[in-house]
Amino acid sequence: MAKPSEVTDATFDADVLKAPEPVLVDFWAPWCGPCRMVAPIVEELADEYAGRVRFVKLNTDENPSTAARYGIRSIPTLLVFKSGEPVGQIIGFRPKNDLKKRLDAAL
Amino acid sequence: MTAAAPKEYDIVIVGAGPAGLTAGLYAARARRKTILFERKVTGGQIATTSDVENYPGFPDGINGFDLGQAMQRQAEKFGLEMAYADVTDVVFNAEGKRHLVKTSEGDYLAKAVILTGGADYNKLGVQGEEELTGFGVSYCATCDAAFFKDQEVAVVGGGDAAMDEGLFTTRYASKAYVIHRRDQLRASKILQERAFANPKMEFVWNTVVEAIEGEGKVERLRLRNVKTGETSVLPVSAIFIFIGLTPNSQYLQGKLKLDNGGHAYVNLWMETDVPGVFAAGDLRVDSARQVVAAAGDGATAAIRADHYISSEFGGEPGAGVWVEEAATAE
Repeated sequence: MAKPSEVTDATFDADVLKAPEPVLVDFWAPWCGPCRMVAPIVEELADEYAGRVRFVKLNTDENPSTAARYGIRSIPTLLVFKSGEPVGQIIGFRPKNDLKKRLDAAL
Repeated sequence: MTAAAPKEYDIVIVGAGPAGLTAGLYAARARRKTILFERKVTGGQIATTSDVENYPGFPDGINGFDLGQAMQRQAEKFGLEMAYADVTDVVFNAEGKRHLVKTSEGDYLAKAVILTGGADYNKLGVQGEEELTGFGVSYCATCDAAFFKDQEVAVVGGGDAAMDEGLFTTRYASKAYVIHRRDQLRASKILQERAFANPKMEFVWNTVVEAIEGEGKVERLRLRNVKTGETSVLPVSAIFIFIGLTPNSQYLQGKLKLDNGGHAYVNLWMETDVPGVFAAGDLRVDSARQVVAAAGDGATAAIRADHYISSEFGGEPGAGVWVEEAATAE
């Protein structure tokens, strides 16, 4: 299973912005119920899109400056990056099929 | 063109809040083939509640998300099937006495249906609300309050949810204005006491929000005092909205007897006016809107559904002793 890897304020540039492939970033925090519900779906998507999209997660408690940089004010938020630019945003819990549609639209 | 044949179940449950999960537990233990559909998150409203303090058996409180997950594990242990799908329509008595439940993942035929779709928080319906949702407009303080550390926020509403979530925001916010259209709260006394004692909470009485404004994020609210008509502007970074609930019964309109608010009429066995169709929890009329009450409703509905299936479709009930039978025994 291609588990999403953790990124931090320190590694965000290298792991997300400079990545050659599109990256989906799951902004989450341990106290957020809906984030815990999104997590297993993001893991399944990471499997299905393996090789095409990189999946990472960022803990907003521990990495507030990246969350602030992208104006994250609600979690879970999923941001899709291409060549360092955010090209898609999904706020709040969505069923898997809905997530896939929105991810495909952003790619 | 032939659609796939519907899958057949004894009991279909719609909604994985405490009512649906408890119904699922009882139905599975009665050895009824049962599936539960959920469109969003297991736990329903409690999934975003940080501390459930009034569910018996947890003297130190329990995280709502964890409680929902535990209820799911318990029901699945006894054979409940869970599926994440939208229920789009129901056709009662579609095939004889059996009901058709249409979902985004296919059609299901059930001998009994237990409706536990609960209720969703109302929107204010004001300018700026939709555009700024996720950018300072929130219906879940436990999800979003941490992003407003040392900032001023507003909470709208006067019930338990507004107080509970408002108190939660003060863990981060420098100030929480509680905007309420009346001059007193509906919240339970213990929550009122905590709210009034919290130095970060300031009450704005007899006031409604007329618009939410800001460039790409919430910056200010336009308020109106309903007694004096006076309007004002309140600069805040976020607005948390808890102004009552609307039952998720739109798809049941015209099919079940509902009250004006959309709640299903039931008797004390949670039976609706359609035989074999039950409603439990916040979806029904006169719900106490409590986790423990919803769980109790779910158990009652499942026990009755089990007996209904036995009497209408044959076979022995599996839910155990039934009060009426016990009372008529020699």
